[in-house]
Amino acid sequence: MPQLNLVEAVRDTLAQEMRRDERVMVLGQDVGTLGGVFRATDGLVDEFGTERVVDTPLAESAIVGSSLGLAVAGLVPVAEIQFMGFLHQAFHQLGPQLGRIRYRSGGRFEMPVTIRTPFGGGARTPEHHADALEAQLANCPGLKLAMPSDPVEAKGLLAAAIRDPDPVIYCEPLRGYRRGRVDVPEDDYVIPFGSARALRSGGDVTLVGWSSCVAVALEAADELARDGIEASVLDLRTLVPLDVDGIREAVAETGRAVVVGESPYTAGFAAEVVATAQEEAFYTLQAPIARVAGYDTPYPPAGVEDWYLPSRDRVVAAVKTLLEA
Amino acid sequence: MKPLTDSAAVAPGVFSIVEPDGSPARAVDPPLSDEETIEALRWMRLSRAVDERALSLQRQGKLGTFPPVHGQEAAVVGTAMALDPSRDWIVPQYRELPAMLRHGYPLERYLLALKGDPLGSAIPEDVRVLPMQIALAAQLPHAAGLAWGLRRRGLDGVVMAYIGEGACSEGDFHEACNLAGVMRAPLVVVVQNNGWAISTPRERQSAGDTIACRAQGYGFAGVVADGNDVQATYHCAQEAVARCRDGGGPTILELMTYRMGPHTTADDPSRYVDAEVLDEWRRQDPIERAVAYLAARGGFDDEAEREMAEWVDATIDEAWAQASARSAPGPERIFEQVYASEPARLAAQRAGAIGRAGG
Repeated sequence: MPQLNLVEAVRDTLAQEMRRDERVMVLGQDVGTLGGVFRATDGLVDEFGTERVVDTPLAESAIVGSSLGLAVAGLVPVAEIQFMGFLHQAFHQLGPQLGRIRYRSGGRFEMPVTIRTPFGGGARTPEHHADALEAQLANCPGLKLAMPSDPVEAKGLLAAAIRDPDPVIYCEPLRGYRRGRVDVPEDDYVIPFGSARALRSGGDVTLVGWSSCVAVALEAADELARDGIEASVLDLRTLVPLDVDGIREAVAETGRAVVVGESPYTAGFAAEVVATAQEEAFYTLQAPIARVAGYDTPYPPAGVEDWYLPSRDRVVAAVKTLLEA
Repeated sequence: MKPLTDSAAVAPGVFSIVEPDGSPARAVDPPLSDEETIEALRWMRLSRAVDERALSLQRQGKLGTFPPVHGQEAAVVGTAMALDPSRDWIVPQYRELPAMLRHGYPLERYLLALKGDPLGSAIPEDVRVLPMQIALAAQLPHAAGLAWGLRRRGLDGVVMAYIGEGACSEGDFHEACNLAGVMRAPLVVVVQNNGWAISTPRERQSAGDTIACRAQGYGFAGVVADGNDVQATYHCAQEAVARCRDGGGPTILELMTYRMGPHTTADDPSRYVDAEVLDEWRRQDPIERAVAYLAARGGFDDEAEREMAEWVDATIDEAWAQASARSAPGPERIFEQVYASEPARLAAQRAGAIGRAGG
């Protein structure tokens, strides 16, 4: 098995999918000659040529909107938006268009479109390069939302996204891009959407996260174990579809839960998880479910971003508050 | 000289006043006096030196990612010098530092921005500049509205908005230009055509001949000028500004220049820039051109050269000393200026963040 970091896993999976299905094409800003600003498409133009790996003009709305048209024409576009913060420029093509074309065409048009985009903070990036917009995207019916948390997940979820007949926003954790190399399956590897994974089992509290916050939850679980507190950790993997059964079982297992997500607190996706958990597992709860999230401020400049992001210590503190309740 | 911009037609060719070697490109009087040319050179030199100093500090881990102006100094400085800071506005993208400095944005703030301090993007009360814009082309609708608003209020200010040729592919470019044309807004859209949008070359942005020719479709003037000739950029900007003040509506001023450095310090242009083309542009360096021009006129001696170099160093030293003297920002700074009146929930979040930091 090759040892790959997350961005290398993305790159290899793209190549594998392009070899598997000649309809698959990659488009976006700087994805060709440069191989992407993070090298997620490195070398693809050499193997597949400029008709299948396309440097587009600088226009996010046109990248997303034309992906819809390319799909109608029978292609399978995998578009890159360089940073999720720039997805805003394409928003009217996302929810109202890409997410609705199946519905408004009475099922006439399949949308096997994948929009890849790195997101999240902690990488000392300039403004608009660190936003976490998953809650906004999850509120657009018709779109699916994949949130890989490590290189193996990146491969399995990207293959699933590309093969999905519906549009998928595939969100890549920016600070997880080069966190470390692990064994990644070489052959075909697909993770079905809507199946959360339990990473750790413990009887005292359940930590729920996705993407970069899975690593934060795992660090917190290690720290809590030193104090004799055993935490379960659940990685949601996809926010749409949401694994409601998985959330119920994981929360019911301990009766206490902390949901960790890095977008702003109010109406962040953590709120959806909390609402779902109380609907599904209310009578097992021994304490209110807590959220550890960003704050209700714009994503702050690099000099103060560490204070903003959910951290191991914030999760540990939230757990201890629950246990004292 | 026949005015180039007295109609909506695009000027044929690229307008220069001074050749790369400093000699006249055409038989016209350069619009900047020797004294003004020295002022332009001063801003250009400062800009180049800030790039160099910031690069060194960035490599030492003291500053974050930044976009050098290197190569585009005449495009930025010449256009900014056509403005009156007491009534005109600058709406930048992010590669126009010397224009912002001339207009009154303090260099210390820029260095703080690169340090990741929230104070960095704060604009002093009396400075008519919007914060640098990283979401490309988003600044143009703002600029159109600002220009329209100035006209509505009967003020004679002009708005100069900057954008790169890559960002001109964004939808906001079209929407803003179209609106500004309809409203006869006093707006100058300066397109810094530096050849590259990160790795994407100009010819992959648009099949059109120029960006400026789009102005015809919006019903206003479009001009193409040599962006490395500060006399030409100043001249064309001044004409466009005068037209705005006379109620003649917007202009797209496309300046042909070249990004001689990386897109930002996170970029590696050796993967896509042709070294020979880069060398060709180095021979057209805007600062060298202004120096050669002044030298040929005897307007810039060794003494003046030395004084300018000292001023540049002292200006940067002072700004860096001020920026370094400020204490590192704490968590409370995340919560400043989100709302005029802070909602209770946000106040509670602030207290929690400060409490955790203190504990």
